Amino acid sequence: MRYAGIDIGSRTVKLAVIEDGRLVLSRKSATSHNPLGIAHELMEGVDYDRLTATGYGRHLIKGHLDCPVVSEITAFVRGSRFFSNDCESILDIGGQDTKAISLDKDGNLCKFEMNDRCAAGTGRFLEVMATVLGFTLEEFSLAALSAKRAEKINSMCTVFAESEVVSLVTQGADRNEVALGIHKAIISRAAGLLKRVAPSGKIFFAGGVALNGCARSLLEQETDRPVFVPPDPQIVGAVGAALVASENS
Amino acid sequence: MADYTKMWKSLGIDIENHNALLAGLGQAYTDIFLSQKNRPEGMKYFDFVMSEVHGLRIKEIVDAKAEGRKVIGSYCVFVPEELVLAVDGVAIGLCAGAELGFEAAEALLPRNTCSLIKSMFGFKLGKLCPYVESCDVIVGENTCDGKKKAYEIFRPLVKDLYVMDLPQTKSETGRMVLKEEYRKFIAKLEKESGKKITVQSLRKGIEIVNAKRKAMIRLAAVRAADPAPISGLDALLINQVFFHDDPVRFTDSVNKLCDELEQRVKDHKGVFPKGTTRVIVSGCPMAVPNWKLPMIIETSNAVIVGEESCVGERGTRWLTDIKGNTVEELLDAITDRYFNVDCAVFTPNPSRVSHVKDMVKKLHADGVIHYSLQFCQPYIIESGPVEKELEKSHIPTLRLETDYSQEDAGQLKTRIEAFNERLKKK
Ligand code: SF4
Ligand code: SF4
Repeated sequence: MRYAGIDIGSRTVKLAVIEDGRLVLSRKSATSHNPLGIAHELMEGVDYDRLTATGYGRHLIKGHLDCPVVSEITAFVRGSRFFSNDCESILDIGGQDTKAISLDKDGNLCKFEMNDRCAAGTGRFLEVMATVLGFTLEEFSLAALSAKRAEKINSMCTVFAESEVVSLVTQGADRNEVALGIHKAIISRAAGLLKRVAPSGKIFFAGGVALNGCARSLLEQETDRPVFVPPDPQIVGAVGAALVASENS
Repeated sequence: MADYTKMWKSLGIDIENHNALLAGLGQAYTDIFLSQKNRPEGMKYFDFVMSEVHGLRIKEIVDAKAEGRKVIGSYCVFVPEELVLAVDGVAIGLCAGAELGFEAAEALLPRNTCSLIKSMFGFKLGKLCPYVESCDVIVGENTCDGKKKAYEIFRPLVKDLYVMDLPQTKSETGRMVLKEEYRKFIAKLEKESGKKITVQSLRKGIEIVNAKRKAMIRLAAVRAADPAPISGLDALLINQVFFHDDPVRFTDSVNKLCDELEQRVKDHKGVFPKGTTRVIVSGCPMAVPNWKLPMIIETSNAVIVGEESCVGERGTRWLTDIKGNTVEELLDAITDRYFNVDCAVFTPNPSRVSHVKDMVKKLHADGVIHYSLQFCQPYIIESGPVEKELEKSHIPTLRLETDYSQEDAGQLKTRIEAFNERLKKK
């Protein structure tokens, strides 16, 4: 049997297929203005017996693909166990949400928290700041890693932080130091959320921001806990949804 | 509905705003309530009340005024209905649950004010609510700091605002304060109505309110059954109508509904399949038409089996002892009854969490969703210890903070679905 999971995030749509307990296919694409169309594109030619949807757009797809849905939280819990069996907490920084989840010894969901409403401290925030500084996302992380000290960023509101960064740069601040400051700001906020929900143990770091090497090492420093990043941190939710599809069969 | 435009105009309602409100309300009601499956027959009465909420009921109130009866509005369950009935007055709850007139409200209040207070201002400033407009006296009560300071600004906006002080501790002095405040309130009611409260009239008032609460206690009890005989949305609606319907007729209708529900329980019939995840909602009051959260919960594979809220058990679960032979003794009994109310404005407030635990046990709930309005300090701050205490007793708890807007509906749905998935696995 082949089980598929689709994760319709605010920024990226991800697809994963599992067969005999192995990940046999994964695809992703930017969400754009037409998430449903993107989902259909991703699924083209993909062969599966059962599908489950998750993510921000899960209810949208439900009616069109006639499949069950599962919340992102549960999908991340299942997905994380696929890649690692000893993490006690999950931090997912996605395009629009930050989630912190704690697991019990058997890998069941204990507690979770999400950021409120706005994009403060999410992947979107990093994207906007990179653009303000004139970096691509890859350059942004490298620039931050190369800085010796960080400029302090006070505002976590995307709009206010943007003007703060602009004024720092016009006052002659070092671009790399500003970049590090931005990374520090979002990681200390995410770590705070995580500490509230799951105060100890190895951290499973998922979501697009986990691709960012600077974010990863700052998370280690900030929490003083081991951090595990799966080979493709963006695919965890889709893999989790595929696992849910297999459980429900 | 008949044409009530003339009546509304005479009350000073802004007809245009009001039409918009009614249209929105009607649509929401159809989408949220009438679309539910397997609803009890007895809900027809409440559907009717809601369809006439600004019509027939207001006409009754206007007629009562014409007979010289006084209409007393209030914003909190600490204002005793018994006393209002004892001077043959009409008591109505005014809490407003919609994001209307917020711009006007924010001209007078800080933006960071809870939706309940903003809505109270919005309804008044927008001339939207025929209940508010028909009140002879509006009673404010000094509960949270938000409300008590807001009443200072509210005073010049209404005809007669009477503010009652409330204690903050469950101490002997606290009880004395409450009793003295109720004594002063009696004097105000007597002056307003020109009627003196007697043992007979007070007893009658207590009996009417006790009967109404007993019916609600009966309703709360049948919800222990699995499958649940009534949805949480419908039960919440009844708890909301509790505050503005005629008390005798309301009691009758709730009891009739309970007959039907008890029969359903015997027949193992319900609104959701047996084994559906069961939750209790605990926290801030939910005034009409604040249905967002229960709607999301009950469309996410769970059923609400109880409300630990002022619009819910916190407002209904105690009765007033009727044994007293003097007004003084009855006043003592009333004070004792209301002094039980475990609002988060009290410090400390341990009985609230033990009540939540009792409810979980009695109603066979799988978990608790703690609901706070944004910027409501008493409930938000109390939610931390409540959650800790419940989780310590192995009761899964989800804390949510929201307001009357719809913009966070998607996020709330994700959180609630995940919580329900957590509960189902157990
Ligand atoms: S929450 Fe407190 S202040 Fe509000 S209605 Fe209830 S008792 Fe009154
Ligand atoms: S919701 Fe909270 S802050 Fe608002 S009036 Fe009620 S107790 Fe006060």
